[in-house]
Amino acid sequence: MNDGNSDDIIHLENVNKFFGTFQALKNINLSVRKGERVVVCGPSGSGKSTLIRCINRLEEHNSGTITVNGHELTDDVKNIDAVRREVGMVFQDFNLFPHMTVVKNLMLAPKLVRKSSRSEAYETAMRYLERVKIPEQADKYPSQLSGGQQQRVAIARALCMNPVIMLFDEPTSALDPEMISEVLDVMTDLARDGMTMICVTHEMGFARSVADNVVFMDEGEIVEMNPPKEFFDNPRSERTRLFLSQVLSY
Amino acid sequence: MSFDIALILDSIPKMLMGIGLTLQLLFLSAALGLTLAIILLLMRISGRWYLAAPTMAYIYIFRGTPILVQIFIIYYGLPQLDFVRDSIFWPILREPFGCAILALTLNTGAYVSEILRGGVLGVDRGLKEAGAALGLSTTHRFIYITTPIAIRLALPAYSNDVISLMKSTALASTITLLDMTGIARTIVAETYAPYEIFMSLMVIYLILTWMIQRSFGWVERCMSRYVREEV
Ligand SMILES: Nc1ncnc2c1ncn2[C@@H]1O[C@H](COP(=O)(O)OP(=O)(O)O)[C@@H](O)[C@H]1O
Ligand SMILES: [Mg+2]
Repeated sequence: MNDGNSDDIIHLENVNKFFGTFQALKNINLSVRKGERVVVCGPSGSGKSTLIRCINRLEEHNSGTITVNGHELTDDVKNIDAVRREVGMVFQDFNLFPHMTVVKNLMLAPKLVRKSSRSEAYETAMRYLERVKIPEQADKYPSQLSGGQQQRVAIARALCMNPVIMLFDEPTSALDPEMISEVLDVMTDLARDGMTMICVTHEMGFARSVADNVVFMDEGEIVEMNPPKEFFDNPRSERTRLFLSQVLSY
Repeated sequence: MSFDIALILDSIPKMLMGIGLTLQLLFLSAALGLTLAIILLLMRISGRWYLAAPTMAYIYIFRGTPILVQIFIIYYGLPQLDFVRDSIFWPILREPFGCAILALTLNTGAYVSEILRGGVLGVDRGLKEAGAALGLSTTHRFIYITTPIAIRLALPAYSNDVISLMKSTALASTITLLDMTGIARTIVAETYAPYEIFMSLMVIYLILTWMIQRSFGWVERCMSRYVREEV
């Protein structure tokens, strides 16, 4: 299943990652096609964050190869820059720049990295704020917004760079329950538009309705990867079954 | 004990004649010290041992010894060295004013660079990662994310250092400079009224401290307008 198909926009082959002597990723093989939506789940500490952080080189893998949109991730700064320009990321705790207004948060990277003019960057920013349905918050500071609004701003900020791939690391885990759906709505909307996405999330409803494939990780390994129907109705491994019984138990 | 009001009223204006010198010492060494501190900080966090190691030694020496001793070494010690007398800096080092500025600058630079480093280390790692994920270069991240946040974090400690520096300017009076303390000591030598004179001097310094605190308080409020009121 990992023979470097030319449709693959993300390709990981035998990837290993160590923190000191602790192995956080064990021989990971994963291919994602253009436009594919992958949901990654698994217990805490299983290496989900590490996996997606390796894809935009926030973590450096120790062996194996990672290729993203044709660029192989090595020490070469040029490749890292190229990958980061094409990959957007959304974090669990938003990580909005607290000293900038919402619209400035959105304009920063396009101005510095894409060399957009002020007015171009502003127009792009406002367009994506419309898209995540909070244009009226443009001139507020992040601390003045609710968690759900902040996460939508974070998504818009990533989209302003026009990425071809979006990575989400538990985007709803830090949110109050009543705000989860406003963020999932935005993500579902993105998926409908054909964005290639890898989402680490425990929102199984989202996985069922949006994902093309669901990956289950445990102890640094990919235990199982299947389309949602198969994954939820007919899990192969005992570990997957145990995990699903825990997250779906209530 | 009697308390000579007339003497106080007479001596305060005289001491205030030295406030210009006190403020010159303060502002000049604060500005030069801040510049030095930024250079030291960049060397310290450069990740290159041959830049970081000398910086750490420098900071250790200047924070670990009395500033009065540093002033004495610069004022009495350096002129004994031939190469100092032959250098282009001699016109500055020959004057007590230059020596005082140099000592205060070197000293405050060491402290402030540590204060700034505290601010830089206090910036949430997640914010720098968000910048990296957006494709910002290391330099851009440092300028647009780390620096503004670090300044806000460092400001309270920095304002304390400016107050310390203001108090340290009084040491300039030990190398013949007639700042406010220098003038006070002269008056005391003539009038033998140390109690009245030095108490009045203290009040003047307290007013200066108050003004520095107020100014920084104002700057801090401006810089933290984006932080939710933490009451
Ligand atoms: N920077 C780090 N240094 C050391 N260990 C780490 C680091 N980041 C993650 N780990 C360890 O790697 C494992 C996987 O972490 P992570 O990928 O964050 O798991 P998950 O996102 O699935 O909860 C955990 O055991 C964690 O403690
Ligand atoms: Mg995680």
